[in-house]
Amino acid sequence: MEPSILAQQAVNGLILGATYGLIAIGYTMVYGIIGMINFAHGEIYMVSAYLTAIFLAVLHFFGITSIPVVLIVVLVATLCITALHGWFVERIAYRPLRDSNRLAPLITAIGLSLILQNYVRLSQGARSQGVPTLLTGSFVIPAGSGVIQITHVQALIIVVAIASMAVLTFIMHRTSLGRACRATEQDRVMASLLGINTDYIISVVFVIGAAMAAIAGVLVSLNYGSFDFHIGFITGIKAFTAAVLGGIGSLPGAMLGGLILGLSESFFSGFVNTDYKDVFAFALLVLVLIFRPSGLLGQPLVTKV
Amino acid sequence: MAEPILELCGISSHYGPIRALHDVSLTIRHGEIVALIGANGAGKSTLLMTLFGNPRASEGQVWFAGEAITHLPTHHIAPLGMALVPEGRRIFPGMTVLENMDLGRISAGPRVGRDPLEGLYELFPILKERSHQKAGTLSGGEQQMLAIARALMSQPRLLLLDEPSLGLAPLMIRKIFSLIQTIVQSGTTVFLVEQNASQALQIANRGYVLVNGRIRLEGSGQALLHDPEVRQAYLGRQV
Ligand SMILES: Nc1ncnc2c1ncn2[C@@H]1O[C@H](COP(=O)(O)OP(=O)(O)OP(=O)(O)O)[C@@H](O)[C@H]1O
Ligand SMILES: [Mg+2]
Repeated sequence: MEPSILAQQAVNGLILGATYGLIAIGYTMVYGIIGMINFAHGEIYMVSAYLTAIFLAVLHFFGITSIPVVLIVVLVATLCITALHGWFVERIAYRPLRDSNRLAPLITAIGLSLILQNYVRLSQGARSQGVPTLLTGSFVIPAGSGVIQITHVQALIIVVAIASMAVLTFIMHRTSLGRACRATEQDRVMASLLGINTDYIISVVFVIGAAMAAIAGVLVSLNYGSFDFHIGFITGIKAFTAAVLGGIGSLPGAMLGGLILGLSESFFSGFVNTDYKDVFAFALLVLVLIFRPSGLLGQPLVTKV
Repeated sequence: MAEPILELCGISSHYGPIRALHDVSLTIRHGEIVALIGANGAGKSTLLMTLFGNPRASEGQVWFAGEAITHLPTHHIAPLGMALVPEGRRIFPGMTVLENMDLGRISAGPRVGRDPLEGLYELFPILKERSHQKAGTLSGGEQQMLAIARALMSQPRLLLLDEPSLGLAPLMIRKIFSLIQTIVQSGTTVFLVEQNASQALQIANRGYVLVNGRIRLEGSGQALLHDPEVRQAYLGRQV
């Protein structure tokens, strides 16, 4: 086998995995804090792809063409509006049902994801949408007898994904907001006894999760150039798989799970079969869960108190 | 007599249909150590948690420093100057000792004055030594100290302790009780819930006995120590 082909697949896998990881963070953080899966999270990602297209069009309309300006404005604007959607999901689908049966918020969240899908379909049309190519060109790295090609968009994905994860890790471990999030995650009642407004913290976690999904949405849209209102479902399931693979509730686990899933999908479709790459991804999940039921980096609940 | 800092007037609390507190009234004054003793299931922990609105009192009023706090959200209580060392300690096991301490500071607000951390490290040298260790790896006694130190980080006016001696060796229990006296000397009022009645009543100015969710007896620490009913039921001695 050509080493350059292997390396090329690894690069493609890393890029795919970085986006899965970014989306998986939303699943894992929400699960960590309220013990429930946010079933509307995939649709939040989908909304961010549409917002990317909208903001690109708006900037184009105003004749703003400087690529760094466009990238930053689109990223920040999409992030903010998507985060607002995340806040909204928690307020509507989860908070009113906080103390009820665990199945109830699951149903409201699925309902809300249908609403999001249809609201996007009605307002944006059912046909697939495209975004103009913003960045062209690529880095070509010689490897063995061949080359590895990394487009500028792909390089951007890697840089932005690493930066976002670093910022998030910093917030969670070095700021008092992050400490309050982790405290609320470990013992919500104790956190409120200490004076932490845990309702606010839960909102913050939904907002952070949506913001990370928005970053993925912007990057993936720039990379693939087209999408439709269905993308939230399959990407959501993949990212959820990544979160479970890495250990749901664990932040590094979500990133690791995303990378493993992206790499295995890329290698499997590159060397075996494209049609069955999803089957392989889920088979991998099953295997990991048989041997490590709490995922790769997930911890079984700590009960030593 | 000093002003009351905490007053409960006719408090009742429920867990669903179960009534855990019946018409409880008690008063704690500035600078006192007040003990609350009672058997398992008497409602001692419920009483402390009711002060924080979890569960919320279904009847009656709670006054803290002259303010009615009965209906405040849980997270508004600590910033008023009340700190709880809860049953089971409830430290955050996945966070370091220092992070646990910092979380105690949240309700302190932008209060002027010395950072309490150094003073607490003097009081609990072991916590300073372990400050970067995960709190879940501490021994039971060390965890209890951490829970107390975390509560003191907010520089509370009233410290509530729920069975701080539970599960500790006699030496550690003595240490904790002498610590409570040190805390009171520094100006903090203490409300001490204990099953270890003899030691609690020895350091308490006053005490209450809770039986099945009702206040059965109240009096000075010494009076309760010599009360025949208390001696029989809580001190394991024949009259
Ligand atoms: N979360 C809860 N749900 C339902 N009932 C509860 C709950 N917590 C306590 N109870 C009940 O309320 C009563 C009082 O319990 P509480 O924990 O206040 O007792 P306690 O005096 O602190 O006992 P111990 O000394 O064992 O800690 C008990 O009958 C208990 O079963
Ligand atoms: Mg108790």
